[in-house]
Amino acid sequence: MTNFTKLMAAGAVACLPLGSPALADGTVEVLHWWTSGGEAKALGELKSAFEAQDGTWTDSPIAGGGGDAAMTALRARVVAGNPPTAVQLKGPGIQEWAEQGALNDVQHVATDEHWDDVLPPVLAEIMKYDGKYVAAPVNIHRVDWMWGNPDLLEQAGVTQMPTTWDAFNAAADKLMAAGITPLAHGGQPWQDATLFEDVVLGVGGADFYRSALVDLDAAALRSDTMVASFDQLRKLRGYVDPNFSGRDWNLATAMVMRGEAAFQIMGDWAKGEFLAAGKVPGEDFTCTPTPGNGFVLNADSFTFFKVSGEPNLRGQQVLASLIMSPDFQKAFNLAKGSIPARTDVPLDDFDICAQRSHEDLLKATENGTLVPSMAHEMAVPRSVRGEFLDLVTEFFNSDMSSQDAVNRLADAAARAM
Amino acid sequence: MPVSSSSGFRPGQWLERRIPVLVVSPLFALSLFFVYGFILWTAYISFTRSGVMPVYDFDGLAQYERLWSTPRWYVAIRNLFVFSGLFIAISMAIGILLAILLDQRVRGEGLIRTIYLYPMALSFIVTGTVWKWILNPGLGIERLMREAGFESFRFDWLIDGDRAIYTLVIAGVWQSSGYAMALFLAGLRSVDDEVLKAAAIDGAGPWRTYTGIVLPILRPVFLSTVIILAHLAIKSFDLVVALTGGGPGYATDMPATFMYAFAFQRSELGVAAASATMMLATIVAIIVPYLYSELRQTGR
Repeated sequence: MTNFTKLMAAGAVACLPLGSPALADGTVEVLHWWTSGGEAKALGELKSAFEAQDGTWTDSPIAGGGGDAAMTALRARVVAGNPPTAVQLKGPGIQEWAEQGALNDVQHVATDEHWDDVLPPVLAEIMKYDGKYVAAPVNIHRVDWMWGNPDLLEQAGVTQMPTTWDAFNAAADKLMAAGITPLAHGGQPWQDATLFEDVVLGVGGADFYRSALVDLDAAALRSDTMVASFDQLRKLRGYVDPNFSGRDWNLATAMVMRGEAAFQIMGDWAKGEFLAAGKVPGEDFTCTPTPGNGFVLNADSFTFFKVSGEPNLRGQQVLASLIMSPDFQKAFNLAKGSIPARTDVPLDDFDICAQRSHEDLLKATENGTLVPSMAHEMAVPRSVRGEFLDLVTEFFNSDMSSQDAVNRLADAAARAM
Repeated sequence: MPVSSSSGFRPGQWLERRIPVLVVSPLFALSLFFVYGFILWTAYISFTRSGVMPVYDFDGLAQYERLWSTPRWYVAIRNLFVFSGLFIAISMAIGILLAILLDQRVRGEGLIRTIYLYPMALSFIVTGTVWKWILNPGLGIERLMREAGFESFRFDWLIDGDRAIYTLVIAGVWQSSGYAMALFLAGLRSVDDEVLKAAAIDGAGPWRTYTGIVLPILRPVFLSTVIILAHLAIKSFDLVVALTGGGPGYATDMPATFMYAFAFQRSELGVAAASATMMLATIVAIIVPYLYSELRQTGR
């Protein structure tokens, strides 16, 4: 094995004087599950940028199960000692693999290009293991968005966008009175958890969110604020139409588009659905942050695995540098509907929702109200997240009392630690 | 080269005697490794702290304690028993009834038999998807009835956490009762006509004939039907995934979907291995007494 890689490296060096372009700037194999529409197009930007530098790109798309199939393949390949160069992997998952000693760091690229200065510190922390960058973020999705249908809101006399959950409840009651479904929602565990974390942020504030859903502090998990959060989630359950069970998020978005429901609370990938249907932000649909003056962060990233051999290592460095280049960040995020992870990329070509997102991101970074998403695998390990999702979704689909939910939430956190 | 000290050794004869063993042994070795080897591996993993990757340091019963303190596991176990019990009982009841009715020498029996047996040709994924549409209150029966004028008609089991498990039973029974019918029909046809005639001469009515004579004769058919339906029920993974996705919430989770979720979605190999081991133990507890009694009978 090592002899073979040495041979490969020697071969690569031997090829250099002959000017073989294929090996001149490294090879990468990228494992990902971005296979649909806008996502595939966004990743195509990275591929063409890499190939423009004479690199060799091997694509390993493994679709299915929201990345579960890809994770299974990754596990098998790491065990076999043949990991891909970079893997679409995010959040605490990065730390889990780093603890197994499966990752390479790209710290010297990061130092040369001053990543620390351009990334929000909360995000930079997630990309590092042991103080060194082992992953590079491609985008930032905001989870705490509330998408609205302006016609329905006007019809029901809702003139102001709610900025507290009480105001939201009042608006929702008005909508109900006018015979309009206030909230479009899909009853899938991750969507229930998305509502839940936005509610926790709005009810308890960013500091409470952090101690409960990131640090898993038992006192915070058992606090009255958490009870109040579950009470609010119970209220939201009442604002959902009866057929929500199992519905996909994009169908819920379509309900807002078609005027069957007034609001949807969902991350900014929902914007892609509106835009794809030819809707204009600000006119045909509105984007407002959910109450709480915070920013719930979700970011996709590529994590660098322990490859060896000169062409692979060089490919890895080139890829890291490309991912963080302002040009790529802009092109990628225009295609995917998110905003660049670098905060210094101008957003002139982006729509008003993306610009708002960027502004709020800077504000939240400054005020310390930027929090990582629990529902989208940014805050806690998958084991804890799974237990939380079970509990939240059971609460949402039963008549469990808020006090029981709080006790079981704390038990679940203790069990999964 | 085989060398033997015995004077009567002939290679041809040796090969002839050994050839079945030689042919079977690669297969035997493969299944020994890939089936039983990995059962042992899974059992061992359930005693470690394996998370995203397997680790091999022994950690005692921690994963089992974790498993048995997880509320979702209890839901999965309860669902398995509710689903298996109802699925097997109703499929067999409908199967017997259809078989007896078909056994009355009706016209067009071949056609009717095919119609009843046809669902078996579909995969559970197709069955699950179709029933998901039929049972969805916004698309299927409920909407149909409401449009027909029954405004207060309600049939929303699919989205009711307490009742969703019964929708699995409905779809499963629809799929499998025709198969049970075919098994029973074959059994009924094997009953000796002489016995039935003797019963008729003795003045037994049809009810008496079936309950007192025919069904007891069918006892072995009952056993094999139970075994076939039980393993369908315990394996039921695709039906759950297609029909309810384990929802609403995790109300229709089964041990198999539980294990999948923990192994592949949550990076908890240890808990998943513990649940797999518990499933194996459950099946062994059911199958071993059955095998024991069967083997004892045939060994007589």
